[in-house]
Amino acid sequence: MAAISKAGRVAVGRIRVALIGCNHRTAPVELRERVSFTQQQALDAAGELRRQGILEEAVVLSTCNRSELYGVPGESGSAITETMEDFLTSFHRIPRADLEGKFYRWVGRDAVQHLYRVAAGLDSMMLGEAEILGQLRSAYSQALDHGVTGPVLNRVFQGAIEVGKRVRSETEVGARPMSVALAGVKLAERVFGNLKGHVALIVGAGAVAEQVVEQLRGRGIGNLQVVNRSYDRAADLAGRIGGRAVAWESLETVLGQPDIIVTSAGGTGPVLTRAMLERSIAARGGRPVFVVDLGVPRNVDAAAAGLYNLYLYNIDDLGEIVEQNKKARESEIPRAETIIAEHVAKFEAWRATLEAGSIVDDLRDRFHKHRQLLLEEKLKGMPDASPEERQRIARITEELIDRVLDQPSERLRNGRSMRGRLAAVEALRHLFGLDEDAE
Amino acid sequence: MTHDLVYLGLALYVASFACYARILYVPNVWIGRLATLLLAGGIVAQYFELLERSHWIHSVPYDDLYGSMSLFAWLLALTYLGLEFFHRQRSVGAFVTLLLVVWIAALHLFVPIDPVAHPPAGGALFALHVTLNTCAYAAFGLSFVLSIVFLGQDRLLHSRRLGATFWRFPALDVLDRMARSSVWIGLSTLCVGVILGLLWGHRLNGTYDLGDPKVIITLVILCAYVAYLRLSRAARWRGARAALLCAFNFLVVLFSYTFVNLYFTRFHRFF
Repeated sequence: MAAISKAGRVAVGRIRVALIGCNHRTAPVELRERVSFTQQQALDAAGELRRQGILEEAVVLSTCNRSELYGVPGESGSAITETMEDFLTSFHRIPRADLEGKFYRWVGRDAVQHLYRVAAGLDSMMLGEAEILGQLRSAYSQALDHGVTGPVLNRVFQGAIEVGKRVRSETEVGARPMSVALAGVKLAERVFGNLKGHVALIVGAGAVAEQVVEQLRGRGIGNLQVVNRSYDRAADLAGRIGGRAVAWESLETVLGQPDIIVTSAGGTGPVLTRAMLERSIAARGGRPVFVVDLGVPRNVDAAAAGLYNLYLYNIDDLGEIVEQNKKARESEIPRAETIIAEHVAKFEAWRATLEAGSIVDDLRDRFHKHRQLLLEEKLKGMPDASPEERQRIARITEELIDRVLDQPSERLRNGRSMRGRLAAVEALRHLFGLDEDAE
Repeated sequence: MTHDLVYLGLALYVASFACYARILYVPNVWIGRLATLLLAGGIVAQYFELLERSHWIHSVPYDDLYGSMSLFAWLLALTYLGLEFFHRQRSVGAFVTLLLVVWIAALHLFVPIDPVAHPPAGGALFALHVTLNTCAYAAFGLSFVLSIVFLGQDRLLHSRRLGATFWRFPALDVLDRMARSSVWIGLSTLCVGVILGLLWGHRLNGTYDLGDPKVIITLVILCAYVAYLRLSRAARWRGARAALLCAFNFLVVLFSYTFVNLYFTRFHRFF
């Protein structure tokens, strides 16, 4: 039976969230490609699931690393995830066998917990990455705009967004740079603060250097200069990044200008010697220089590290920092899990309150049915009873039911312990066979 | 006079320090706000303590060493609070509040709290002279804290051993600018304070007593901080060396504030 009707009224049955999906851990990229959704497909699929009555609410979350289908089932049958999988395979026209062992299926608390872990970045390929929260928010807001969500998924997804924000602001899970390029730029920011208006020199045109350039551009670096042994390659890179190409022979001439130097040139000996950098710092009036040496073999003379106001980091230093940061992020997982558990409990409490109201109504309906049957049966054997007496008996039995249900109803709605309320709801379902009725 | 407000102020500063220290390891917006709130509470408590003290001794609160040092701590806290609001940066808070706590605790332990009755030095000129000079010392105290943080961050960057808190502190450039701003505030207020003091002395005695050790050491402090401002933009000093000089200068300030005031000067002695 429906968990929550389309009008939003709580109806008979449990409030359950179901999830099927795959991610980078469970499925290879070939399969992830086949089950991914475009933005429009995601909305179409959610709409179709509702039209077919499989789900009453649906949200599809599809990124390069995961495809997940969240929903509130319209039927509380145990095979809801299988029905969702059937829909998914027919939607993408792929054989069911291809999903075998590659898809996860969660229902109820586990599904909510999974979504919260996704929002927190704990389920991401790069632990704590921030992009997923934006993708999740976007998937949810589009589903909301198209009217395919409902009170339950609204609650769950809003909770997930809150979890994502809290985990990022209260823990270190997403705080420190996790790539060599980003680590280099973040360190430069530790020296100069805002990089706007600063000058950067790129020596060599290696792939990692380009990543650093991307990060620098993202932070609004004022002036980018590129120098390479091949002037054409320097001009090519400078053209792409909106910088200025400098001839290799002029390297020492321009060395006094940059605040940040990124090197990734080939060759055997150091490109920048201690003496060259000493002269460059002197030419800058002693202002600090941050040097990122990404070359292997190293492009910067190691002895330059001792120069006053020169900060030199080579690729191993940055790699070590990334490794430390990775460990630091991992050590924050328990704190993130605590936040997740707190929000899952909040959702469960909300669910328990709604279900408590729902179950009392179910019980009342059931008792009234029994009362009606019993009255009909017993009053047959009382032919002398006048209509007034019959009405009186009916009123008394109605009042009896109301009185009997008054206390449990109050306790279920306002009980202090969420666990206790949930346990009571489960016990009532079991004792009065309400799930059997629903199915 | 009861000591309740002293203990309340100290307790609030300790709690504020605990919160500031906590957010260095575990970032939390609410704990950060609580730290600021507790600091503000400490400032308010200390303000009323200074006010109560003034009523009690029927004079300005800085008439003795205890009151003067207490005023210094209050101005330091107030200056930092302003700086925190201006820069939206709480990471230095732990160091400033630690200095406050140590300062007030030491004050309470080693300096007699009860003032000795003596004819109070009065007049608006004198009040302004002392307040401005104390404010200058507070600004120098703040630049000391910022310089120490600068030196720590610089050391970590050079050693490449970046700890958990490294990423939370302001950039070296920001710390340098904050320290310089503090020194500028300190120098400006000290200059005006010294001039007012000399004028007040002249009005009182008819002479400018430039030979007093307190005046001499204050001129040394002025020169030291002017040198810092100049050297911090010179090629060979810019950065860590300048920060070290700034930190050292504050030791001279402390010497002037305690030993000179207590044992050497004639006109600035705390009774």
